[in-house]
Amino acid sequence: MTKIFEVPLYPYQRHKDQDATTPVRRKVVIIGAGPVGMAAAIDLAQRDIPVVILDDNDRVSFGSRAICFSKRTLEILDRLGCGDANVEKGVTWNKGRVFFDTRDIYQFDLLPEDGHKRPAFINLQQYFFEQFLFERIQELAAAGKEIEIRGRNRVEAIGAHPDHVRLEVETPEGSYELHAEWLIACDGANSPTRRMLGLDFVGRVFEDNFLIADVIMKADFPTERWFWFDPPFNRGQSALLHKQPDDVWRIDLQLGWDIDREAEKRPENVIPRLKAMLGEDVEFDLEWVSIYTFQCRRMERFRHGRVLFAGDAAHQVSPFGARGANSGLQDTDNLCWKLALVITGDAPETLLESYDWERVYGADENIMNSTRSTDFITPKSEISRVFRDAVLDLTENHDFARPLVNSGRLSVPCTYDDGPLNGPDCDALPARTRPGSVACDAPANGGWLLDQLGAGFTLLSLGVESPESVSAGPVSATRLALDAGENDTLAARYLGGQKAALYLIRPDQHVAARWKSFDETAVQSALALASGQS
Amino acid sequence: MPRPSLNLSANLPDPDGFYADLLAAHDGLSKAESDALNARLLLILANHIGERGLLREAIQLAASTYRQNNT
Ligand SMILES: Cc1cc2nc3c(=O)[nH]c(=O)nc-3n(C[C@H](O)[C@H](O)[C@H](O)COP(=O)(O)OP(=O)(O)OC[C@H]3O[C@@H](n4cnc5c(N)ncnc54)[C@H](O)[C@@H]3O)c2cc1C
Repeated sequence: MTKIFEVPLYPYQRHKDQDATTPVRRKVVIIGAGPVGMAAAIDLAQRDIPVVILDDNDRVSFGSRAICFSKRTLEILDRLGCGDANVEKGVTWNKGRVFFDTRDIYQFDLLPEDGHKRPAFINLQQYFFEQFLFERIQELAAAGKEIEIRGRNRVEAIGAHPDHVRLEVETPEGSYELHAEWLIACDGANSPTRRMLGLDFVGRVFEDNFLIADVIMKADFPTERWFWFDPPFNRGQSALLHKQPDDVWRIDLQLGWDIDREAEKRPENVIPRLKAMLGEDVEFDLEWVSIYTFQCRRMERFRHGRVLFAGDAAHQVSPFGARGANSGLQDTDNLCWKLALVITGDAPETLLESYDWERVYGADENIMNSTRSTDFITPKSEISRVFRDAVLDLTENHDFARPLVNSGRLSVPCTYDDGPLNGPDCDALPARTRPGSVACDAPANGGWLLDQLGAGFTLLSLGVESPESVSAGPVSATRLALDAGENDTLAARYLGGQKAALYLIRPDQHVAARWKSFDETAVQSALALASGQS
Repeated sequence: MPRPSLNLSANLPDPDGFYADLLAAHDGLSKAESDALNARLLLILANHIGERGLLREAIQLAASTYRQNNT
């Protein structure tokens, strides 16, 4: 059977830009049609900003790669118009189980709380995730939005200028020049853009190899994330088993540093390892096998004039924690509304500096978390292994040690505490919805709160009299008035013990500021601050 | 409320008895088993203290004592 990742989805087609006598200038060009580049394109197109994606390939990601997509990613996909497609296909899960040697020592629930539209995680092969983004792009194009993907268009050279970026693009029919007013580099971990502009990418290399195998099997393991420390079938190392749709299972085995990578990938070596893990009689087929190592690193800055970096091009983490694609989507979620305001002239270019601040902050948090997980999972010294094993030994019988077990702290969105766009806070209101945090979902009006936030700024009014809209210069915030009287969940998340509250929420659904009552001047100045106008 | 700081005055009733208990627990253990016991003990005590500030102070104190005696 042909797999989706073997079929060209956007085959090369000659474009009129290739025949232009003087290079055509495009508003926004995105390099890379991975999850991050496609999400950026959809977001901009929905904001009526014309966008072109260039990709040197013509199909979705080869093999599954990312499989765990977080609640925040699903909420972003809802805003991008393809949340349902992903959730319907994906495997929903909240629970995990940890084994040490042969013992089942610990179970956890990632979302022990109701009142959210989306689950903590779904598992879905990256190729499906990309396919749904691609279908959304086609849908937007069919609806008249200016959005296109040019397959087998490889960017070969880049020249950065004060008011545009010059690109040299290689195609099967030769090269052409294209100009972009703004360039978003989503060209992955080896980012040619980064290299061509001579930019840094520093961080820590982890000297370890992991064998990743996606196998197709009919098995009745539960829909849980199973993680082993030092199991009999992979002594001294770790292992992971996780379910994906269509009877595909992700298996991840730590191999250590000193191995023959090519040999380890061969089926005659892979299959015995998997049999030791799954049992001799379990029948399975290999869908995809790969060996990976990883690094934790980021660029010093994500904005370089008119070139903006997002996703793996800007930062890389270890896979423990599922923070790669998930954080990449938070990048574009943060970037696109800002870039749209700058392009339409409604905000000054300096607003983009906050993209750099906020997403560097997010990347640092992700790198810190994934480095800590890695240090726990693959101890790098004798004493770190002693402590790791002590934690695991205590965990089996003592609850207090469980929080120390780190088999990957799974991706949650970061809160931009002290962020440059944050306005006033009000201490009496709940900490979880403080300025800088993602607005927490809750049931509202028979639906869900996040679905009712607009594409622009929202003024969420709970028991507060406020006008239908408030403006600061060309930017306005639209009121969403809700009654928390009968809605305990909404009240707990947004009011705490208070009677009334007013929240200014950004287009990326992060809280900008909040008060207990309405004061027009205060809201205007918070809105001006959050849109980079002051 | 002032942040509590690490108690560095003598605070152990029956210090000799405590010391003897500590050694007794290690009796007959291999080096690896002893290291593991120490690690478990440390985690149990750290959890009991439960104050990040105090623990940070204690870690610093232990680390700096090491450096003084070895450099
Ligand atoms: C084993 C493994 C497991 C993972 N698990 C998870 C997980 O569970 N959850 C998670 O969130 N993340 C996970 N990740 C990480 C995730 O796969 C990446 O973070 C994600 O793919 C990054 O997306 P991207 O769009 O930034 O880059 P990519 O997906 O790498 O896309 C880059 C694109 O740029 C194109 N390109 C490159 N150079 C050029 C050029 N010169 N011209 C034109 N186009 C170019 C490429 O063709 C490609 O399409 C995992 C990764 C691995 C390897």
